[in-house]
Amino acid sequence: MSLEIDITFTLNGRIVQTRVPPSMTTLSMLREKFDLTGGKLACGEGECGACTVRIDGRTINSCLSFAVDCNGREIQTIEGLGSVAGLEIMQRAFVEHGAIQCGYCMPGMIMQARYVVDQNAGSGQIMTRDDIARGLEGNVCRCSGYTKVVDAVAAVVLEEASL
Amino acid sequence: MKIESYNAPSSIAEAVQLLQHGEATIVAGGTDLTPQIEAGVREFAATLINIQRIEEMRGISVTNERYRIGGLTTVTDIRESEMLAADVPVMVDAADHFASPQIRNAASLGGNLCNASPAGDMVIPLLLLDAEAELASWSDGAVSTRRVALADFFTAPGRTVMQANELLTAVEFAGPGEGFAAAFIKSGPRPALEISTVSMGVAGVITDGVISAARVSIGAVAPIPLRARDTEAVLEGKVLDEALIELAVETASLEVKPIDDVRASSWYRKHLTGVYIRRALSHVAGN
Repeated sequence: MSLEIDITFTLNGRIVQTRVPPSMTTLSMLREKFDLTGGKLACGEGECGACTVRIDGRTINSCLSFAVDCNGREIQTIEGLGSVAGLEIMQRAFVEHGAIQCGYCMPGMIMQARYVVDQNAGSGQIMTRDDIARGLEGNVCRCSGYTKVVDAVAAVVLEEASL
Repeated sequence: MKIESYNAPSSIAEAVQLLQHGEATIVAGGTDLTPQIEAGVREFAATLINIQRIEEMRGISVTNERYRIGGLTTVTDIRESEMLAADVPVMVDAADHFASPQIRNAASLGGNLCNASPAGDMVIPLLLLDAEAELASWSDGAVSTRRVALADFFTAPGRTVMQANELLTAVEFAGPGEGFAAAFIKSGPRPALEISTVSMGVAGVITDGVISAARVSIGAVAPIPLRARDTEAVLEGKVLDEALIELAVETASLEVKPIDDVRASSWYRKHLTGVYIRRALSHVAGN
C-alpha cells in the first residue's frame, strides 16, 4: 500500500480533511478529491498560471505546490470567490467586458487579478494599465488578446477606489 | 523511487536529524522540484522532507551590519523588503525580475541557490555582496553549521558543495560600505518568466571617478554563476572612463564560457555580456 498522509486545512472557508500521496500536487488534490475543477492543468511548469489559487492569502501555481503542504493552511480557489448565483466583482467585470474566449485560463487569471488588486488596495495608489499587466505577467491566454482582460481589471480598480 | 516516509519538521534541529538517515528529497516551494520530477530529470528519494514549517528559516534581519536572509524567505519577501530596498536595492531589483508573481510567492531563496542553475537570478546580486551560505547538519548530538562563500558554493550545473546531510539555512552578507553602487541586468525575449539568456551584476565604489571594490558576476555564461575576477582586476583602482569600460568589455567576453542552447548561441551570449557590462558600469558610474 502506498504511503498516504492525512491533512486538514481550510478550503474556501470550510475546514476539510483528506488523505493524499506525498507527491500529489495541490491542483490534483483540488480537482480529484474535492471536484474543484476551476483551476486547470495546462503547462505544469508554472509558466501559464491556469492553476492559480491562493494559499494563506498569496497566489501560487497549484500545479507546482505539494498537497501535503496544505495541511493547516487556508486555500481559496475560484469556486470560493463567488458563485454562479452571486458573482464576485472581478468575475462580473470579466463577464461584462467580454474578457474571455475559451475560458480555460480565466479562473487562474481572475484569481491573480483579484490578488494584485487586493495587494494594491492599501497603497493609496490607483493601479495603471501597466501595473495590471505586470501583475498578470504569470498568466497566459492563448486564444484572446489581453486588452479586454486589462479593461475588466481596470474597471474593478476604479469601482473599488470609489467605494 | 517510491516515497516511503514523509516529514514536515518544524525546526532546523529536527530537519538535520532527519537528514542524517541517508538520502532524502527536500521540498520548499516546489517550483523547481515539481517540473524536474515531471520531466524525469530528478527522482524522489525514499524520504520526502517538507521544510516549509521551519519558521526560524524565514525572514530578513540585520545584526552588527551583517544581513541574514533565511533560506525559506520567498522571492516576494525579498522584493517587498523595505530594509533591502533602502540598504541593498540590487537584491530587490533581482527579485523584481524573477519569474512571475505566483512563482515569487512560492520560490525560496535557498531553493534558488540549491537548484544551482547557472541562470539562477538571485545568485548574481549575492555574488556581488560576497555572500555566504550557512549549511547546517547534525553532528555529535547537536546542530553544527559551516559557512561557504557563494563564489565557492557551485561546482557544476545542478551541483553544489553541499553534502546530503546538510541543509541551507540562511544566506549572510556584510552591509555594503559607503558609496557602494550596484546594478543588475537580465535579458530574455520577454520580461516575465524568462530564464536568463545572460544576467549581469556589477558593483563598486566610485570615488573621484575611480572604481574600487569592483565586483562583476555573470549568470548563464558558464557551468556555474560566474564571479568574473579577471574583469574585476582590470577595473580595480582605475578611472572608470570609456577606455576602461572598453577593456572591461573585452576582458569579460574572454572570461565567459557560454554554451549554444535553445535560448541563445554562445556568440550571442558573449555579445550580450559586452553590452550588459557596458550598461551596468555606466549605471554604477552614474550613481
